[in-house]
Amino acid sequence: MNSERPALLLARHSVFRGLAAHAVLITYTIIALFPVFVIVINSLKSRRAIFADPLALPGPANFDLVGYVTVLEQGNFFRYFLNSLTVTGASLFFVLLFGAMAAFALSEYRFRGNTLMGLYLALGIMVPIRLGTVAILQMMVASGLVNTLLALILVYTAQGLPLAIFILAEFMRGVSSDLKNAGRIDGLSEYTIFFRLVLPLVRPALATVAVFTLIPIWNDLWFPLILAPSEATKTVTLGAQVFIGQFVTNWNAVLAALSLAIVPVLVLYLIFSRQLIRGITAGAVK
Amino acid sequence: MGALSLGNVTKSFGKNRVIQGVDLQVQDGEFCVFVGPSGCGKSTLLRMIAGLEDVTSGDVVLDGVRINDLAPARRGLAMVFQTYALYPHLTVRDNMGLALKQAGVSRDEIRRATDRAASMLALEPCMDRQPAELSGGQRQRVAIGRAIVRRPKLFLFDEPLSNLDAALRVQTRIEIARLHRDLGATMIYVTHDQVEAMTLADRIVVLRAGRIEQVGPPMELYRNPANTFVAGFIGSPQMNFLRAGPLGLASHTLGVRPEHLALSRESGRITGRISHVEMLGSETLVYVRSDDHGLLTVRLFGQHDYHVDEPVFVTPDDAHTFHFDSEGLRLR
Ligand SMILES: Nc1ncnc2c1ncn2[C@@H]1O[C@H](COP(=O)(O)OP(=O)(O)OP(=O)(O)O)[C@@H](O)[C@H]1O
Ligand SMILES: [Mg+2]
Repeated sequence: MNSERPALLLARHSVFRGLAAHAVLITYTIIALFPVFVIVINSLKSRRAIFADPLALPGPANFDLVGYVTVLEQGNFFRYFLNSLTVTGASLFFVLLFGAMAAFALSEYRFRGNTLMGLYLALGIMVPIRLGTVAILQMMVASGLVNTLLALILVYTAQGLPLAIFILAEFMRGVSSDLKNAGRIDGLSEYTIFFRLVLPLVRPALATVAVFTLIPIWNDLWFPLILAPSEATKTVTLGAQVFIGQFVTNWNAVLAALSLAIVPVLVLYLIFSRQLIRGITAGAVK
Repeated sequence: MGALSLGNVTKSFGKNRVIQGVDLQVQDGEFCVFVGPSGCGKSTLLRMIAGLEDVTSGDVVLDGVRINDLAPARRGLAMVFQTYALYPHLTVRDNMGLALKQAGVSRDEIRRATDRAASMLALEPCMDRQPAELSGGQRQRVAIGRAIVRRPKLFLFDEPLSNLDAALRVQTRIEIARLHRDLGATMIYVTHDQVEAMTLADRIVVLRAGRIEQVGPPMELYRNPANTFVAGFIGSPQMNFLRAGPLGLASHTLGVRPEHLALSRESGRITGRISHVEMLGSETLVYVRSDDHGLLTVRLFGQHDYHVDEPVFVTPDDAHTFHFDSEGLRLR
């Protein structure tokens, strides 16, 4: 009898705790998703319906695709999209490649100033890159890169590297040194060891870094506005601003543009999320 | 083929001098075992031989060629690691064949070499599996197979058996001994395990804090330890060290192995009280606390009925004692 009670208590306790945890998480999810939800439902409604009842679901009465039509007819929107994809994709690639390489060097090789170099590279996490906007703009003007996608790619790569290096170096320290040494004895080059042995083992960390790098770049308005505002180089976020006027805002179009802009982020997130969860919990569960 | 010589080799990590001048000759075909307490530099020394760590000063010479600056893969040696270190993305066959592939050996040749290694280690059924699908013992055999396939002049083992359970350890140990006989290659083997060291070694190298304390065949070290450190390190349970003064001896310390202490309830030269008894069936270990000498281990053969807190007498067998001076050096 006596021995059963604690077990029972424990079971009830853990059911309660499970419910509580789920309640908190579900609440948080609802709060986090609510704005997205509102944007998406309103993008499918007529202008009048948006203002009449912002929270109403789109139905036969108020359904209207005018926002999407405007956005797609605004000829350049597809190009903005492509620009965003190019900039985000290229920046992500370079952040992951250079970040992983720097992290490998910092974690694998002993050289003078190793720790100092690590700190220096991580400093960028704490200093916002926007503080340097004026200098960056001057440099871009001097090198003739204003109004090119390359300017954005360079800036975003620089912006993403500190966190990438910091996280990846930590993970790479955890990769068995015996494995790398076995590779060296078997005659693998340092590059092969890096690409074939180490990178696959830190894949969860790469996915984590990818998501954290990707979202701010995709959403950024600041640098596209300053460095590449020309029609040919506008990104989606900047392109959507066309519909926000000083006096009149085309809400249908703005909401439709934002809804469309969410899609690629969502797709990439779904691709990375399995790895992401493993990356975040790796330290805790291992 | 496969004679290694270390000439006054040192290694520093920053200011921390980890290997302090090691001189060692390993003959061709010899099985040489490094033992020593944790952190004494066994793995570091092995990695220096392998070329995975730079040598701070001194010479590493293999078959008369100084190999200090040669890349690990070009030294003609193979290494087996404690953690197996198999490539997780390759099958067993590819794991074993990778070094040959890197060296540009033909496919047929690689296949023949891996098949031969597989049959030596009874790994045929596993050849197309991934390392994750193998048991610990199989993984370590694959790691050994990977070393064999390269036909190295020199095998390096860094505590290869310490992640295996006791039964597998015995089995794999025997396998390694057989491999050494069959291949006749030089082997250097790092271990913590007394039994591995004693049973496998042609010669044991006892290291302490980056220095060699003594080198010799196992029985030589057992019978003639040069100092208290080696005497305490070789042999299990550890040798007892008694203070010579209270026994009326001229030396500083008296070393007696546990089996050479006699235990009696009636009389003897040292008085003490039993603090613990371990019955192992074939032998009984009795731990006796004495005021003059601290805790002594007495090893009795067979089963004995002693109890904790019993007052007893302990007497060293004078024919089997070792005398040491105040520096711990052996007096003869
Ligand atoms: N990369 C390194 N940087 C700094 N110090 C190191 C490094 N590798 C080893 N050491 C130091 O060198 C000493 C010897 O280490 P080593 O790994 O060779 O010991 P070991 O004899 O193999 O010990 P164990 O039996 O525990 O494996 C230790 O004091 C260790 O702290
Ligand atoms: Mg070691």
